[in-house]
Amino acid sequence: MNKREFIKLSGGATMGAAGLTALPAGAVGLTSLMPTKIDAVTRRRNTFPNVPLLTHEGKLVNFYDDLIKDKTVLINFMYVRCGEICPGMTVNLKRVQEELGERMGKDVFMYSISLDQDTPEILKAYAELFKTKPGWTFLTGKKDDIELIRTKLGVKSPNPELDKDKTQHTGMLKYGVESLERWGMTAALGDPKQIAKYVRRIEPKSSLSV
Amino acid sequence: MNKKIIKVTSSKKHEADIARYMQEVREMDAAGITRRDLFKMGLTTGVGGLVAIGGASFFPNLAQASTISPPSTPWLDELPIPKICNPTNTMMGGLAGQPGEFQNTAIFTEANAPGFGGFTDKRAEPHQLWTECNGNQAIKYELQVKEIDWNFYPVNDPNTAHFNSKLWTYLDLHSPAVGLLKIEAQYGQSTLMRMYNKLPPTGSDTQGFGINLSNIHLHNGHTAPESDGGPYTERNTEPGQFYDYHYANRRAGFNSTHIRGTYPGYIDKQGVQRDCEGDWKETQSSLWFHDHTADFTAQNVYKCMVSFYSLFSRDINLDTGDETTGLRLPGGKYDVPLCITDKTFDQSGQIFLDKFNMAGFLGDHQTVNLKIKPFLNVDRRKYRFRILSAGPGRVLQVFVKYKGKDQQITRIGCDGNLLPTAQLVNSMRLAPAERADIIVDFSQYPVGAEIYLENRLEQVKDEAPTTNILPSSAKTELLKFIVGKVVVDNSADLNTLQTQTMLEIPPLPKTPVKERRFSFGKGNGVWNVNGELFNEEVIMAYPIGGTHEHWTFVAGGGWIHPVHHHHTEGQILSRDGKMPAPDEIGRKDAYRIGDAALLSGGSSTMIIDIAFRDWYGKYPCHCHNNMHEDAGMMFNFEIVKPDNINAGK
Repeated sequence: MNKREFIKLSGGATMGAAGLTALPAGAVGLTSLMPTKIDAVTRRRNTFPNVPLLTHEGKLVNFYDDLIKDKTVLINFMYVRCGEICPGMTVNLKRVQEELGERMGKDVFMYSISLDQDTPEILKAYAELFKTKPGWTFLTGKKDDIELIRTKLGVKSPNPELDKDKTQHTGMLKYGVESLERWGMTAALGDPKQIAKYVRRIEPKSSLSV
Repeated sequence: MNKKIIKVTSSKKHEADIARYMQEVREMDAAGITRRDLFKMGLTTGVGGLVAIGGASFFPNLAQASTISPPSTPWLDELPIPKICNPTNTMMGGLAGQPGEFQNTAIFTEANAPGFGGFTDKRAEPHQLWTECNGNQAIKYELQVKEIDWNFYPVNDPNTAHFNSKLWTYLDLHSPAVGLLKIEAQYGQSTLMRMYNKLPPTGSDTQGFGINLSNIHLHNGHTAPESDGGPYTERNTEPGQFYDYHYANRRAGFNSTHIRGTYPGYIDKQGVQRDCEGDWKETQSSLWFHDHTADFTAQNVYKCMVSFYSLFSRDINLDTGDETTGLRLPGGKYDVPLCITDKTFDQSGQIFLDKFNMAGFLGDHQTVNLKIKPFLNVDRRKYRFRILSAGPGRVLQVFVKYKGKDQQITRIGCDGNLLPTAQLVNSMRLAPAERADIIVDFSQYPVGAEIYLENRLEQVKDEAPTTNILPSSAKTELLKFIVGKVVVDNSADLNTLQTQTMLEIPPLPKTPVKERRFSFGKGNGVWNVNGELFNEEVIMAYPIGGTHEHWTFVAGGGWIHPVHHHHTEGQILSRDGKMPAPDEIGRKDAYRIGDAALLSGGSSTMIIDIAFRDWYGKYPCHCHNNMHEDAGMMFNFEIVKPDNINAGK
């Protein structure tokens, strides 16, 4: 739900003109829905949907708890039948994987999330086809859950027509250090050395030597 | 490259299998067969299939995705006025800690740098033209960037008095200036701004956004690359490091086209010819500085790493800061910068940013100098306001209102520069990073009069405003002026301020050396320029120092992009084949393109003239909707000497 829908639902408060400036002080109905001050752990958890997903190994995992919490991650969206950009992207991400070396699978993880409800078997075949190495997981899940992840990560076009076109979401690579709440975005087809550098740049100093 | 890769994979049997399988799945979907049906029919294998993952109920994070700020009572707190920083003669770190052309090697200890022991200099590149600009005689400042507590809400309202937000912002070590502050500089005398990074250590609670790196860009400054704060990794300071920024305060042309100055020079209002280094017509007035850390510019600027930099031209007796000399503009305490920026808050008054919203971010409170709807008691005389539209995503249409009526605004500046003569307008369009200097004469109003600064541009989408001008209402008011007593006003009379010649526009050279085209677009869901995402090591253009070029900026529909380039200013030659609007005449460093770029509608194409001179090196050009910039809408150009192998590429 976006802000506008929320306001519509919460009733009354007309959105003005200059945005939401100066909600009338009497709009107390909103108070109970207003977020209160939250600690960092809760905020981090609330930032991402903890939806269930299936890995290409057939394992059931939760997006936040099992995949990104306390980890350095790189996330992209793809689908097996995508003949346009995905195969080249997957090959490029393999090079990124090599750049990240031995950290892959230890504290750095790569996730490729299917936009097309590919089955785990198909994704496994895809991973084998591209000979991906450990630390890189292909994921699938319910359409609504994937949409939620995509929305929360900002891999979305506000134009609904454009947003229907899956190829619009397959070029982005989100990278982040979840514990520090630092997130960046680059092109999945970018220079692998640069991508690895961008990831290291947002990590704590102690990791810079890697 | 991609084609080759696809070819390698497409020959594999696997892919054919996959394609066939997916086709079957699709046909079944089309026939209304659910995955449960498929499962029952044994058509899927594995651990439970997709159907098994239903059932887990997830409540979307309503609170964060749709934060609505607590309401605020208007006109309770006074507008904070940015304080002026104090220069210092001696900097910390002992004798070796004094700034120089090269990296500082001083050992900072608690004895020679109390509170800053162990700090080191991050800058590896030497200052260009240090001797030529008398760097050793620069006016020196020591600032730090650190976390402070700040209440955007009225402290004079018991409901919000306890609110608090953690800001990352600038503090002067030699004066009480903090938060939004101001450096005042004079042409001909360079500024050395040392910034100590005292941000919280990595791992501290950031409130969800921001990175504890600092890299400062003096926006609109004609500055050498090593002091310009371009978003390059080697210029980021970490906590425990400092960086010396050298702002030459020299006019464009000082080391190239106008090395001996301009002849005849500026004939001032007393009829005296004034000479200076560089082209006097390139004189600037209103600059600002802000963080420019790659990928985190939007987040760090939203955390308030923003301040003002006024550049005075006492050397040619133009914009002197003194009401009795030069153009006699309102000065001193009557020269007030106003930073208009959106914020959204949680219930404790902490600022909130949806850092994943790459479309842009609209706050639900528009703040002025970091307060929601403040008031300002003004004397009954003329004021100069330097208005900065600081985004991150909102475009403004600024009005001044009295008793429900729009007041005439005397606009004297466009972006950082004085106009040829003042423009009398009833409103101004300002996209993020654009500025306007205006004169407001409060002597026209009775004592006790209440006058409002308003933004009346409708913007409900993150990506662009409409062109609708909203009716004036309590919602559109941003700042209330309350007129007080009559005081001495030494500035020129209003008629003079409205009619006097201020600054000529530099004449354009004839044929450009090169024409280039930059398309600001979107592909595969990411912002790009000419289809490319920002890569700090890739240079898109190599203009030759001492030449000028014509750059065409192109944008598609659905968005507005305030395009900004570093290094210098440009002049708009045409918009969609037509002459630029009056408010875009003169030198600019931020150009609106796309939806609602103009008062009446969008603009898809514009051509600017841009001259490269005095400094060599790498600069960025980018969209100044910081969310777009961080998401890739930026490219590098490098100014090179004619004998460089890339020259002109």
